[in-house]
Amino acid sequence: MTIELFMQQLANGISIGSLYALLAIGYTMVYGILRLINFAHGDIFMMAAYFMVFSIINFKLPWYIGAVIVIVASVGLGLLLERTAYRPLRDAPRMSIMISAIGASFFLENLATYLFTGVPKGFPDIKVLTKPVSIGNISLSVSTIITPFVTIILLYVVLFITNKTKIGMAMRAVSKDFETARLMGININKVIATTFIIGSSLAAIGAILWGSKYPSVMPLMGVMPGLKCFIAAVLGGIGNTTGAVLGGFILGMAEIMLVTFLQPLTGYRDAIAFVILIIVLLVKPTGLLGEKVTDKV
Amino acid sequence: MKRKLSLLISLLMVLSLITACGQSQDSGTASADEDVIKIGVFEPLTGENGGGGLQELGGIQYANKMYPEVLGKKIELVVVDNKTDKGEAANAVTRLIEKDKVVAIIGSYGSGVSIAAGDIIKNAQIPAMGASCTNPMVTQGNPFYFRACFLDPFQGRVMANYAIEQGAKTAAVIMQNGDDYSVGLGNFFINAFKELTGDENSIVDVSEFQVNDTDFNAILTNIKAKNPDVIFAPSSATTAPLIIKQARALGIKSLIMGGDTWENPAIIDVAGEDAEGIVLSTFFDENDPATEEAKKFVEGYKKELAGKEPIIPAVAALGYDAYLLIRDAIERAGSTDGVAIRDALRETKDFEGVTGIINFTEEGDADKNIAVIKTVENGQFVYIDTVVVK
Repeated sequence: MTIELFMQQLANGISIGSLYALLAIGYTMVYGILRLINFAHGDIFMMAAYFMVFSIINFKLPWYIGAVIVIVASVGLGLLLERTAYRPLRDAPRMSIMISAIGASFFLENLATYLFTGVPKGFPDIKVLTKPVSIGNISLSVSTIITPFVTIILLYVVLFITNKTKIGMAMRAVSKDFETARLMGININKVIATTFIIGSSLAAIGAILWGSKYPSVMPLMGVMPGLKCFIAAVLGGIGNTTGAVLGGFILGMAEIMLVTFLQPLTGYRDAIAFVILIIVLLVKPTGLLGEKVTDKV
Repeated sequence: MKRKLSLLISLLMVLSLITACGQSQDSGTASADEDVIKIGVFEPLTGENGGGGLQELGGIQYANKMYPEVLGKKIELVVVDNKTDKGEAANAVTRLIEKDKVVAIIGSYGSGVSIAAGDIIKNAQIPAMGASCTNPMVTQGNPFYFRACFLDPFQGRVMANYAIEQGAKTAAVIMQNGDDYSVGLGNFFINAFKELTGDENSIVDVSEFQVNDTDFNAILTNIKAKNPDVIFAPSSATTAPLIIKQARALGIKSLIMGGDTWENPAIIDVAGEDAEGIVLSTFFDENDPATEEAKKFVEGYKKELAGKEPIIPAVAALGYDAYLLIRDAIERAGSTDGVAIRDALRETKDFEGVTGIINFTEEGDADKNIAVIKTVENGQFVYIDTVVVK
């Protein structure tokens, strides 16, 4: 193993890890507030990628305007989903709302198959992002380099919102105790809508960065990233934003390092995510940074 | 209010289920009368191989348009979607046989789903004609499964041979774990390459990936370090452009080769400039029609496609042939009995198809020894060579 090979793999790991992290934030925030695993999150990510294809290839918009439209449209979709699939079940048992989330996920996947067919579409080539950069013998694209920074910056933005703003305080209150927060006059619906706005816009940014790296858009593209990012969120301690980002990086790095050091096992790359999930659930169910939740009697 | 909303949502979900299955039911509803003969078409229209399945379906439907009748009755195609999924494949074939009562089945694109459906077809004694499923196991030990295309051992050898002719001494292979087509073809290539170079160490890397994987940077980085002359990556048209693009982005200059699934415009669309120079083998070339039927087909189907696709995909030609072979067998059998059709298929002699003269071997495979090698130049598939192996 040469140092160059290792550095290249390290870069691969950081870049895929930061994409996982971006999506994992969305999972963890919704879970923190609603105690709901939003299975449709990966499908919002998929729809965002389609929005990008249409705004740039079909409407010929410049990419930065396209990106803004994609974020707005994905937020709209996230809010619509919350309004129609989750809000009516706010007081229902938690299992019902989870089933509703699975239904919403299937609905979006089938809708996309119906509207756009199962044939993959090429993601628009955004030259600014796909330009290759070589450092010595290590080849990277611009998007690979900026993705970790984008993720870290967005993590700080999310932390700022949750820790320093009024709506953030309301969010924390709701996540601690739903009923009491409501009694204290917090507008629950507004808080939850805000959570979905943040989660969906991160999914949209993730989709743009993902697409410029893996330029193939299809209806089921959100399934695997969705599952893995959920695992990343659990690994970091679900409900904890920093934990989700940490979990994403660890998962991405673990996958790449498996391929690097254990070459006969390359085919088991996806399995490592699930192995990690099982180990975490056995050894530390609360995740790396998760708090222990005591059930109130 | 809440109740209404949840009602609306559940209604929407039910609707989405119906629309998902709806496409396949369209053709199945209108026929209660006895004046039609139903042929099932079993293809992936969604999922990973959706693109290829649609291409093949196009050829079958065109054949149905050209030759709509047999034994004085109308032929009706019943199309089901196997969703590129082995579990779904069993359901789809069972439905064709049990519910739609088809007399024969055409398909499928993708060997894995065809193998999964094989036992059901054998037990129901309904003859099936694969168009482009190239894995040997599709027809092995199954007297009711036939196919119109060449096999992977042949294809793997052709590609290994081509690589060596181009001066390659070392090769790396990338295959999709759990996909019978990809793993089968990959291994046949490995064996042929080792045999032809006479060097056990000529395959420097074998890497596997999982279905729906999009990130190949890690395995490609490993391959880059070993610097092979060629990379052979039999994979679906969905996955291939991602492998090609990431390989080029990592600065890999090796020749990249694939199998018949790569002759799909999606590869050029998605991979763009990076697709230039890839090499693939396929069944058919529209510029070199083998028979009279082929000339007619190329002319007619070109008009039918009307610019939707730049070239006639080989799988469409095979779909067309598969339909004609089945129709011809029903005609000669003079009945719609499964065993009678099967026997008639076996006796097929020098059938003039679009992809050449077709006879069947003992296993039910088309006895073909011609493969076409193509590359991509200026965003188009370009013919390189026709290979005949004796």
